[in-house]
Amino acid sequence: MSVPHALLALLSEGPKYGLRLQNEFEARTGEVWPLNVGQVYTTLQRLERDGLVETDDGEDERSRKRYRITSAGERELTDWLRSPPDLVPPPRDELVIKVLVALQIPGIDVHEILQVHRRHVIEVMQRYTQVKAAADEDDTALALVVDAELFRLEAIVRWLDAADVRLKQRPRLAPVEVADMPLEPTQEMEVSQ
Amino acid sequence: MSALELRRVSKIYGSGPTEVRALCDVDLSVERGELVAIMGPSGSGKSTLLTIAGSLEQPSSGQVLVNGVDLASVSRSDQAQMRRRSIGYVFQDFNLLPGLTAVENVTLPLELDGTRAKAARATGLEAMEELDVADLAHRYPDELSGGERQRAAIARAIVGERGLLLADEPTGALDSVNGEAVMRLLRAATKRGIAGVVVTHEAQLASWADRVVFLRDGHVVDQTVAPPGPELLLAAGERR
Repeated sequence: MSVPHALLALLSEGPKYGLRLQNEFEARTGEVWPLNVGQVYTTLQRLERDGLVETDDGEDERSRKRYRITSAGERELTDWLRSPPDLVPPPRDELVIKVLVALQIPGIDVHEILQVHRRHVIEVMQRYTQVKAAADEDDTALALVVDAELFRLEAIVRWLDAADVRLKQRPRLAPVEVADMPLEPTQEMEVSQ
Repeated sequence: MSALELRRVSKIYGSGPTEVRALCDVDLSVERGELVAIMGPSGSGKSTLLTIAGSLEQPSSGQVLVNGVDLASVSRSDQAQMRRRSIGYVFQDFNLLPGLTAVENVTLPLELDGTRAKAARATGLEAMEELDVADLAHRYPDELSGGERQRAAIARAIVGERGLLLADEPTGALDSVNGEAVMRLLRAATKRGIAGVVVTHEAQLASWADRVVFLRDGHVVDQTVAPPGPELLLAAGERR
Protein backbone atom coordinates (compact mmCIF):
# COMPACT_ATOMS: atom_id res chain seq x y z
CA MET A 1 0.00 0.00 0.00
CA SER A 2 1.49 3.34 -0.98
CA VAL A 3 0.62 5.69 1.88
CA PRO A 4 2.02 8.83 0.11
CA HIS A 5 -0.20 8.26 -2.93
CA ALA A 6 -3.24 7.46 -0.81
CA LEU A 7 -2.72 10.81 1.00
CA LEU A 8 -2.29 12.63 -2.33
CA ALA A 9 -5.56 11.05 -3.50
CA LEU A 10 -7.38 12.30 -0.38
CA LEU A 11 -5.89 15.79 -0.86
CA SER A 12 -6.99 15.87 -4.50
CA GLU A 13 -10.52 16.34 -3.11
CA GLY A 14 -9.47 19.57 -1.34
CA PRO A 15 -7.18 20.85 1.46
CA LYS A 16 -7.26 18.85 4.71
CA TYR A 17 -5.66 18.63 8.16
CA GLY A 18 -3.43 15.67 9.11
CA LEU A 19 -5.86 14.13 11.59
CA ARG A 20 -8.68 14.14 9.05
CA LEU A 21 -6.38 12.49 6.50
CA GLN A 22 -5.67 9.69 8.98
CA ASN A 23 -9.39 9.12 9.64
CA GLU A 24 -10.33 9.14 5.98
CA PHE A 25 -7.46 6.83 5.03
CA GLU A 26 -8.62 4.20 7.53
CA ALA A 27 -12.29 4.56 6.61
CA ARG A 28 -11.64 4.14 2.90
CA THR A 29 -9.44 1.08 3.18
CA GLY A 30 -12.13 -0.70 5.14
CA GLU A 31 -10.01 -0.15 8.28
CA VAL A 32 -7.86 -3.09 7.21
CA TRP A 33 -4.81 -0.83 7.02
CA PRO A 34 -4.57 1.09 10.28
CA LEU A 35 -2.31 4.12 10.00
CA ASN A 36 -0.95 6.02 13.01
CA VAL A 37 -0.93 9.76 13.05
CA GLY A 38 2.89 9.90 13.29
CA GLN A 39 3.14 8.06 9.95
CA VAL A 40 0.75 10.57 8.42
CA TYR A 41 2.81 13.58 9.47
CA THR A 42 6.15 12.00 8.48
CA THR A 43 4.73 11.22 5.05
CA LEU A 44 3.27 14.73 4.68
CA GLN A 45 6.67 16.21 5.59
CA ARG A 46 8.33 14.22 2.81
CA LEU A 47 5.63 15.12 0.33
CA GLU A 48 6.11 18.81 1.22
CA ARG A 49 9.88 18.52 0.86
CA ASP A 50 9.38 17.01 -2.63
CA GLY A 51 6.99 19.82 -3.63
CA LEU A 52 3.97 17.50 -3.99
CA VAL A 53 1.96 19.19 -1.21
CA GLU A 54 2.09 22.65 0.37
CA THR A 55 0.76 24.26 3.56
CA ASP A 56 -0.58 27.65 4.50
CA ASP A 57 2.15 30.08 5.50
CA GLY A 58 2.97 30.96 9.09
CA GLU A 59 1.72 27.86 10.89
CA ASP A 60 4.36 25.79 12.66
CA GLU A 61 2.26 23.47 14.81
CA ARG A 62 1.81 20.33 12.68
CA SER A 63 -1.73 19.61 13.85
CA ARG A 64 -2.81 23.13 12.79
CA LYS A 65 -1.30 22.89 9.32
CA ARG A 66 -3.69 22.48 6.46
CA TYR A 67 -2.25 20.56 3.50
CA ARG A 68 -2.97 21.16 -0.18
CA ILE A 69 -1.92 19.13 -3.23
CA THR A 70 0.29 20.99 -5.75
CA SER A 71 0.09 20.58 -9.53
CA ALA A 72 3.27 18.46 -9.34
CA GLY A 73 1.45 16.30 -6.74
CA GLU A 74 -1.52 15.87 -9.08
CA ARG A 75 0.79 14.77 -11.90
CA GLU A 76 2.56 12.33 -9.58
CA LEU A 77 -0.80 10.86 -8.52
CA THR A 78 -2.14 10.27 -12.05
CA ASP A 79 1.23 8.81 -13.16
CA TRP A 80 1.20 6.43 -10.16
CA LEU A 81 -2.35 5.21 -10.89
CA ARG A 82 -1.26 4.12 -14.36
CA SER A 83 2.15 2.69 -13.51
CA PRO A 84 2.15 -1.12 -13.17
CA PRO A 85 2.62 -2.49 -9.65
CA ASP A 86 5.62 -4.65 -8.93
CA LEU A 87 4.36 -8.06 -10.04
CA VAL A 88 7.67 -9.83 -9.98
CA PRO A 89 7.54 -12.24 -7.03
CA PRO A 90 10.42 -12.62 -4.63
CA PRO A 91 13.04 -14.86 -6.24
CA ARG A 92 12.59 -17.59 -3.63
CA ASP A 93 9.09 -18.42 -2.48
CA GLU A 94 9.29 -20.04 0.96
CA LEU A 95 6.44 -22.45 0.30
CA VAL A 96 7.95 -23.64 -2.99
CA ILE A 97 11.27 -24.20 -1.26
CA LYS A 98 9.63 -26.22 1.51
CA VAL A 99 7.95 -28.49 -1.02
CA LEU A 100 11.15 -28.92 -3.03
CA VAL A 101 13.05 -29.76 0.14
CA ALA A 102 10.34 -32.22 1.23
CA LEU A 103 10.78 -34.06 -2.07
CA GLN A 104 14.39 -34.75 -1.23
CA ILE A 105 13.81 -36.16 2.25
CA PRO A 106 13.25 -39.91 2.42
CA GLY A 107 10.16 -40.97 4.32
CA ILE A 108 8.39 -37.60 3.99
CA ASP A 109 4.92 -37.75 2.40
CA VAL A 110 4.90 -34.65 0.22
CA HIS A 111 1.13 -34.86 -0.26
CA GLU A 112 0.72 -34.59 3.49
CA ILE A 113 3.00 -31.53 3.54
CA LEU A 114 0.91 -29.98 0.73
CA GLN A 115 -2.26 -30.68 2.71
CA VAL A 116 -0.89 -29.05 5.88
CA HIS A 117 -0.28 -25.85 3.90
CA ARG A 118 -3.61 -26.11 2.05
CA ARG A 119 -5.50 -26.34 5.32
CA HIS A 120 -3.57 -23.45 6.82
CA VAL A 121 -4.21 -21.18 3.82
CA ILE A 122 -7.92 -22.04 3.76
CA GLU A 123 -8.20 -21.32 7.49
CA VAL A 124 -6.76 -17.86 6.84
CA MET A 125 -9.24 -17.47 3.94
CA GLN A 126 -12.09 -18.42 6.30
CA ARG A 127 -11.06 -15.61 8.61
CA TYR A 128 -10.99 -13.06 5.79
CA THR A 129 -14.37 -14.31 4.61
CA GLN A 130 -15.70 -13.78 8.15
CA VAL A 131 -14.60 -10.15 7.90
CA LYS A 132 -16.58 -9.85 4.66
CA ALA A 133 -19.59 -11.73 6.05
CA ALA A 134 -19.75 -9.49 9.12
CA ALA A 135 -19.40 -6.26 7.15
CA ASP A 136 -22.17 -4.21 5.65
CA GLU A 137 -22.80 -5.50 2.10
CA ASP A 138 -22.54 -1.90 0.85
CA ASP A 139 -18.98 -1.55 2.19
CA THR A 140 -17.35 -1.77 -1.22
CA ALA A 141 -13.92 -0.59 -0.03
CA LEU A 142 -13.69 -3.41 2.48
CA ALA A 143 -14.94 -5.98 -0.04
CA LEU A 144 -12.26 -4.89 -2.53
CA VAL A 145 -9.48 -5.09 0.06
CA VAL A 146 -10.61 -8.49 1.35
CA ASP A 147 -11.15 -9.85 -2.18
CA ALA A 148 -7.57 -8.92 -3.09
CA GLU A 149 -6.28 -11.01 -0.17
CA LEU A 150 -8.66 -13.88 -0.94
CA PHE A 151 -7.66 -14.07 -4.60
CA ARG A 152 -3.97 -14.04 -3.62
CA LEU A 153 -4.51 -16.86 -1.12
CA GLU A 154 -6.66 -18.80 -3.55
CA ALA A 155 -3.79 -18.72 -6.04
CA ILE A 156 -1.62 -20.46 -3.43
CA VAL A 157 -4.27 -23.18 -2.95
CA ARG A 158 -4.43 -23.66 -6.72
CA TRP A 159 -0.66 -24.04 -6.85
CA LEU A 160 -0.85 -26.66 -4.07
CA ASP A 161 -3.60 -28.50 -5.98
CA ALA A 162 -1.55 -28.46 -9.18
CA ALA A 163 1.53 -29.66 -7.28
CA ASP A 164 -0.53 -32.55 -5.84
CA VAL A 165 -1.62 -33.67 -9.32
CA ARG A 166 1.85 -33.27 -10.83
CA LEU A 167 3.48 -35.27 -8.05
CA LYS A 168 0.84 -37.97 -8.28
CA GLN A 169 1.56 -38.36 -11.97
CA ARG A 170 5.30 -38.45 -11.33
CA PRO A 171 5.53 -39.61 -7.76
CA ARG A 172 9.29 -39.59 -7.27
CA LEU A 173 11.77 -37.02 -8.40
CA ALA A 174 15.27 -38.29 -8.85
CA PRO A 175 17.41 -37.25 -5.87
CA VAL A 176 19.81 -34.48 -6.73
CA GLU A 177 23.17 -36.01 -7.69
CA VAL A 178 25.96 -34.65 -5.57
CA ALA A 179 29.63 -35.51 -5.65
CA ASP A 180 29.83 -37.56 -2.51
CA MET A 181 32.17 -40.21 -3.93
CA PRO A 182 35.40 -40.65 -1.99
CA LEU A 183 38.07 -38.64 -3.69
CA GLU A 184 41.18 -40.30 -5.06
CA PRO A 185 44.08 -39.75 -2.67
CA THR A 186 46.16 -38.27 -5.48
CA GLN A 187 43.48 -35.77 -6.49
CA GLU A 188 44.06 -32.28 -5.18
CA MET A 189 41.15 -30.62 -3.55
CA GLU A 190 40.22 -27.16 -4.58
CA VAL A 191 39.26 -25.14 -1.61
CA SER A 192 37.29 -22.06 -2.24
CA GLN A 193 36.72 -19.56 0.50
CA MET B 1 -28.47 -35.65 17.45
CA SER B 2 -26.72 -34.58 14.25
CA ALA B 3 -28.77 -33.57 11.21
CA LEU B 4 -26.50 -35.80 9.16
CA GLU B 5 -24.15 -38.52 10.30
CA LEU B 6 -22.04 -40.84 8.17
CA ARG B 7 -20.51 -43.78 10.04
CA ARG B 8 -17.69 -45.67 8.34
CA VAL B 9 -19.34 -45.24 4.95
CA SER B 10 -17.69 -46.97 1.99
CA LYS B 11 -18.80 -47.10 -1.62
CA ILE B 12 -17.35 -49.55 -4.10
CA TYR B 13 -18.23 -49.54 -7.79
CA GLY B 14 -17.58 -52.63 -9.94
CA SER B 15 -15.70 -55.69 -8.74
CA GLY B 16 -12.49 -57.61 -9.33
CA PRO B 17 -9.90 -55.80 -11.44
CA THR B 18 -12.33 -53.00 -12.35
CA GLU B 19 -13.24 -52.30 -8.71
CA VAL B 20 -13.19 -48.62 -7.76
CA ARG B 21 -13.31 -47.63 -4.11
CA ALA B 22 -15.02 -44.24 -4.30
CA LEU B 23 -15.36 -43.81 -0.52
CA CYS B 24 -13.46 -45.59 2.25
CA ASP B 25 -14.64 -45.59 5.88
CA VAL B 26 -15.84 -42.02 5.85
CA ASP B 27 -17.03 -40.56 9.16
CA LEU B 28 -18.77 -37.20 9.05
CA SER B 29 -21.26 -35.37 11.26
CA VAL B 30 -23.01 -32.14 10.39
CA GLU B 31 -25.05 -30.23 12.96
CA ARG B 32 -28.01 -27.94 12.41
CA GLY B 33 -26.80 -24.40 11.92
CA GLU B 34 -23.51 -25.61 10.47
CA LEU B 35 -22.26 -25.21 6.90
CA VAL B 36 -19.62 -27.76 5.91
CA ALA B 37 -17.67 -27.61 2.66
CA ILE B 38 -16.22 -30.75 1.08
CA MET B 39 -13.10 -30.15 -0.99
CA GLY B 40 -10.92 -32.50 -2.96
CA PRO B 41 -9.50 -33.15 -6.40
CA SER B 42 -11.51 -34.73 -9.23
CA GLY B 43 -12.29 -38.34 -8.43
CA SER B 44 -11.76 -37.92 -4.68
CA GLY B 45 -15.34 -38.99 -3.91
CA LYS B 46 -16.93 -35.58 -3.21
CA SER B 47 -20.05 -36.07 -5.32
CA THR B 48 -20.46 -39.71 -4.24
CA LEU B 49 -20.42 -38.56 -0.62
CA LEU B 50 -23.19 -36.06 -1.38
CA THR B 51 -25.42 -38.51 -3.26
CA ILE B 52 -25.08 -41.05 -0.44
CA ALA B 53 -25.79 -38.38 2.20
CA GLY B 54 -28.93 -37.48 0.26
CA SER B 55 -29.98 -41.15 -0.06
CA LEU B 56 -29.85 -40.92 -3.85
CA GLU B 57 -27.40 -43.84 -3.68
CA GLN B 58 -26.84 -46.61 -1.13
CA PRO B 59 -23.45 -47.09 0.54
CA SER B 60 -21.68 -50.46 0.07
CA SER B 61 -21.12 -50.52 3.83
CA GLY B 62 -21.54 -48.21 6.80
CA GLN B 63 -24.49 -46.20 8.06
CA VAL B 64 -26.13 -42.93 7.01
CA LEU B 65 -28.31 -41.24 9.63
CA VAL B 66 -30.50 -38.26 8.80
CA ASN B 67 -31.89 -36.64 11.96
CA GLY B 68 -30.90 -39.78 13.82
CA VAL B 69 -32.79 -42.12 11.47
CA ASP B 70 -30.69 -44.85 9.85
CA LEU B 71 -31.63 -44.76 6.15
CA ALA B 72 -31.08 -48.54 5.86
CA SER B 73 -33.84 -49.10 8.43
CA VAL B 74 -36.58 -47.45 6.39
CA SER B 75 -38.33 -48.69 3.25
CA ARG B 76 -37.56 -47.25 -0.18
CA SER B 77 -40.82 -45.33 -0.28
CA ASP B 78 -40.18 -43.88 3.16
CA GLN B 79 -36.70 -42.90 1.99
CA ALA B 80 -38.26 -41.11 -0.97
CA GLN B 81 -40.61 -39.29 1.36
CA MET B 82 -37.69 -38.34 3.61
CA ARG B 83 -35.85 -36.96 0.58
CA ARG B 84 -38.82 -34.77 -0.31
CA ARG B 85 -39.52 -33.58 3.24
CA SER B 86 -36.17 -33.30 4.96
CA ILE B 87 -33.49 -32.89 2.31
CA GLY B 88 -33.02 -30.05 -0.16
CA TYR B 89 -30.68 -30.29 -3.14
CA VAL B 90 -28.96 -27.55 -5.11
CA PHE B 91 -27.24 -28.54 -8.33
CA GLN B 92 -24.63 -26.85 -10.49
CA ASP B 93 -27.05 -26.39 -13.40
CA PHE B 94 -29.98 -25.41 -11.15
CA ASN B 95 -32.28 -28.19 -12.50
CA LEU B 96 -35.38 -26.00 -12.66
CA LEU B 97 -38.18 -27.47 -14.80
CA PRO B 98 -38.58 -25.18 -17.83
CA GLY B 99 -42.35 -25.64 -18.18
CA LEU B 100 -43.09 -24.43 -14.64
CA THR B 101 -42.87 -20.90 -13.24
CA ALA B 102 -40.34 -20.13 -10.53
CA VAL B 103 -42.89 -20.51 -7.71
CA GLU B 104 -44.25 -23.75 -9.23
CA ASN B 105 -40.72 -25.11 -9.24
CA VAL B 106 -40.26 -24.08 -5.61
CA THR B 107 -43.53 -25.67 -4.45
CA LEU B 108 -43.14 -28.87 -6.47
CA PRO B 109 -41.54 -30.96 -3.66
CA LEU B 110 -44.33 -29.91 -1.27
CA GLU B 111 -47.10 -30.77 -3.73
CA LEU B 112 -45.49 -34.12 -4.57
CA ASP B 113 -45.60 -34.78 -0.86
CA GLY B 114 -49.35 -34.12 -0.71
CA THR B 115 -49.46 -30.54 0.55
CA ARG B 116 -52.51 -28.75 -0.90
CA ALA B 117 -51.75 -26.27 -3.65
CA LYS B 118 -52.77 -23.14 -1.73
CA ALA B 119 -50.74 -23.99 1.36
CA ALA B 120 -47.77 -25.07 -0.78
CA ARG B 121 -47.89 -21.78 -2.64
CA ALA B 122 -47.85 -19.72 0.57
CA THR B 123 -44.88 -21.70 1.90
CA GLY B 124 -43.12 -21.42 -1.47
CA LEU B 125 -43.54 -17.65 -1.59
CA GLU B 126 -42.17 -17.43 1.95
CA ALA B 127 -38.99 -19.26 0.86
CA MET B 128 -38.72 -17.02 -2.21
CA GLU B 129 -39.08 -13.94 -0.05
CA GLU B 130 -36.17 -15.11 2.12
CA LEU B 131 -34.08 -15.20 -1.04
CA ASP B 132 -35.39 -11.90 -2.34
CA VAL B 133 -36.95 -13.39 -5.50
CA ALA B 134 -40.65 -13.35 -4.54
CA ASP B 135 -41.31 -10.70 -7.20
CA LEU B 136 -40.06 -13.13 -9.86
CA ALA B 137 -42.45 -15.89 -8.76
CA HIS B 138 -44.44 -15.99 -11.99
CA ARG B 139 -41.55 -15.94 -14.40
CA TYR B 140 -40.36 -19.04 -16.21
CA PRO B 141 -36.73 -20.16 -15.73
CA ASP B 142 -35.70 -18.88 -19.17
CA GLU B 143 -36.91 -15.41 -18.16
CA LEU B 144 -34.50 -15.33 -15.18
CA SER B 145 -30.78 -14.47 -15.04
CA GLY B 146 -28.30 -17.11 -13.87
CA GLY B 147 -28.15 -15.61 -10.38
CA GLU B 148 -31.97 -15.42 -10.13
CA ARG B 149 -32.34 -19.05 -11.26
CA GLN B 150 -29.94 -20.19 -8.58
CA ARG B 151 -31.86 -18.21 -5.95
CA ALA B 152 -35.06 -19.94 -7.07
CA ALA B 153 -33.25 -23.30 -6.89
CA ILE B 154 -32.08 -22.54 -3.33
CA ALA B 155 -35.63 -21.50 -2.38
CA ARG B 156 -36.82 -24.90 -3.64
CA ALA B 157 -34.12 -26.59 -1.55
CA ILE B 158 -35.09 -24.86 1.70
CA VAL B 159 -38.87 -24.74 1.22
CA GLY B 160 -40.96 -26.18 4.07
CA GLU B 161 -39.36 -27.95 6.98
CA ARG B 162 -36.07 -29.06 5.45
CA GLY B 163 -33.33 -29.83 7.92
CA LEU B 164 -30.55 -30.72 5.50
CA LEU B 165 -29.33 -28.80 2.47
CA LEU B 166 -26.96 -30.53 0.04
CA ALA B 167 -25.29 -28.54 -2.73
CA ASP B 168 -23.00 -29.82 -5.50
CA GLU B 169 -20.87 -27.02 -6.99
CA PRO B 170 -23.84 -24.68 -6.47
CA THR B 171 -22.28 -21.58 -7.99
CA GLY B 172 -21.86 -23.32 -11.35
CA ALA B 173 -20.86 -20.93 -14.08
CA LEU B 174 -21.71 -17.79 -12.10
CA ASP B 175 -19.04 -15.09 -11.84
CA SER B 176 -17.23 -14.72 -8.53
CA VAL B 177 -19.46 -11.93 -7.14
CA ASN B 178 -22.69 -13.81 -7.98
CA GLY B 179 -21.06 -17.01 -6.70
CA GLU B 180 -20.35 -15.23 -3.42
CA ALA B 181 -24.00 -14.14 -3.24
CA VAL B 182 -25.05 -17.81 -3.50
CA MET B 183 -22.67 -18.76 -0.68
CA ARG B 184 -24.03 -15.91 1.48
CA LEU B 185 -27.54 -17.30 0.94
CA LEU B 186 -26.53 -20.87 1.79
CA ARG B 187 -24.74 -19.61 4.89
CA ALA B 188 -27.77 -17.55 5.92
CA ALA B 189 -30.04 -20.58 5.38
CA THR B 190 -27.88 -22.72 7.65
CA LYS B 191 -27.73 -19.98 10.31
CA ARG B 192 -31.53 -20.25 10.46
CA GLY B 193 -31.11 -23.82 11.69
CA ILE B 194 -30.54 -26.04 8.65
CA ALA B 195 -27.46 -28.27 8.26
CA GLY B 196 -25.64 -27.56 4.99
CA VAL B 197 -23.08 -29.54 2.98
CA VAL B 198 -21.48 -27.93 -0.06
CA VAL B 199 -19.19 -29.72 -2.46
CA THR B 200 -16.81 -27.35 -4.21
CA HIS B 201 -13.34 -27.27 -5.69
CA GLU B 202 -13.03 -23.51 -5.18
CA ALA B 203 -11.23 -22.40 -2.04
CA GLN B 204 -12.95 -18.99 -1.98
CA LEU B 205 -16.38 -20.60 -1.92
CA ALA B 206 -15.31 -23.19 0.64
CA SER B 207 -14.07 -20.41 2.91
CA TRP B 208 -17.72 -19.38 3.51
CA ALA B 209 -18.19 -22.67 5.39
CA ASP B 210 -17.80 -23.11 9.14
CA ARG B 211 -15.69 -26.20 8.49
CA VAL B 212 -13.86 -27.50 5.44
CA VAL B 213 -13.41 -31.27 5.09
CA PHE B 214 -10.75 -32.53 2.69
CA LEU B 215 -11.27 -35.74 0.72
CA ARG B 216 -8.56 -37.61 -1.12
CA ASP B 217 -8.93 -40.96 -2.88
CA GLY B 218 -12.16 -41.61 -1.00
CA HIS B 219 -10.70 -40.89 2.45
CA VAL B 220 -11.29 -37.92 4.72
CA VAL B 221 -7.69 -36.78 5.14
CA ASP B 222 -8.07 -33.53 7.03
CA GLN B 223 -10.40 -30.74 8.12
CA THR B 224 -10.07 -27.14 9.19
CA VAL B 225 -10.36 -26.20 12.83
CA ALA B 226 -12.82 -23.51 13.87
CA PRO B 227 -11.16 -20.30 12.73
CA PRO B 228 -10.51 -17.57 15.30
CA GLY B 229 -12.28 -14.26 14.85
CA PRO B 230 -11.16 -11.65 12.33
CA GLU B 231 -9.55 -9.44 15.02
CA LEU B 232 -6.15 -11.08 14.59
CA LEU B 233 -6.16 -10.34 10.88
CA LEU B 234 -6.71 -6.67 11.53
CA ALA B 235 -3.92 -6.68 14.07
CA ALA B 236 -1.69 -8.33 11.44
CA GLY B 237 -2.59 -5.47 9.09
CA GLU B 238 -1.10 -3.01 11.58
CA ARG B 239 2.33 -4.56 11.15
CA ARG B 240 2.40 -3.93 7.41
